[in-house]
Amino acid sequence: MTKADIVDIVFEKVGYSKKDVAAVIEEVFETIKAELEQGEKVKVSGFGNFTIRQKRARRGRNPQTGSEIIIDERRVMTFKASQLLKKAINTGAPSVKP
Amino acid sequence: MTKSELIEKVSSRVTAFSRRDIEIIVDTLFQSMADSLANGGKVEIRGFGSFKIKEREGRQGRNPKSGENIFIQPKRVPFFKAGKEIRERINPGSSEEEA
Repeated sequence: MTKADIVDIVFEKVGYSKKDVAAVIEEVFETIKAELEQGEKVKVSGFGNFTIRQKRARRGRNPQTGSEIIIDERRVMTFKASQLLKKAINTGAPSVKP
Repeated sequence: MTKSELIEKVSSRVTAFSRRDIEIIVDTLFQSMADSLANGGKVEIRGFGSFKIKEREGRQGRNPKSGENIFIQPKRVPFFKAGKEIRERINPGSSEEEA
């Protein structure tokens, strides 16, 4: 499923103009990205939490050449699914809210 | 930021919809992603990331409290990989080396 499929599903449910619905969905993801960029976490109840984690620099290896390299410190984005989502994934039942 | 703060922020930027409409759109958005994953599908949002399901086999485990042997049932777990754009945005100035 891609963003276009999500737009279709939301459009079918709410109507309005597809273009406007697409703009809102675009804005939702942009807002989440901007928040994470500031180092803030984003909690979507019933779905899960997006957080930024700081990773320290560490020694690694280039898997292709085998040469040792330093992996710089960096920030990574992680997602932790909510209990509700985890449960839905394991039962295959429709999750969250109607 | 919580979901209601997210809805607040989006509705301040998109004037074509009421706050209530934005709320319905946001709920439907996450619901459709959850449904897709619950049905074993994957979700790919370009620039943001992709969600997939991984199958974990059942295994023999141990109750750490009682020490008793138990069988852990096979299960499906969600897996998220951040997209290129967000990886670059949270690490400004660094070059992307991973594929």
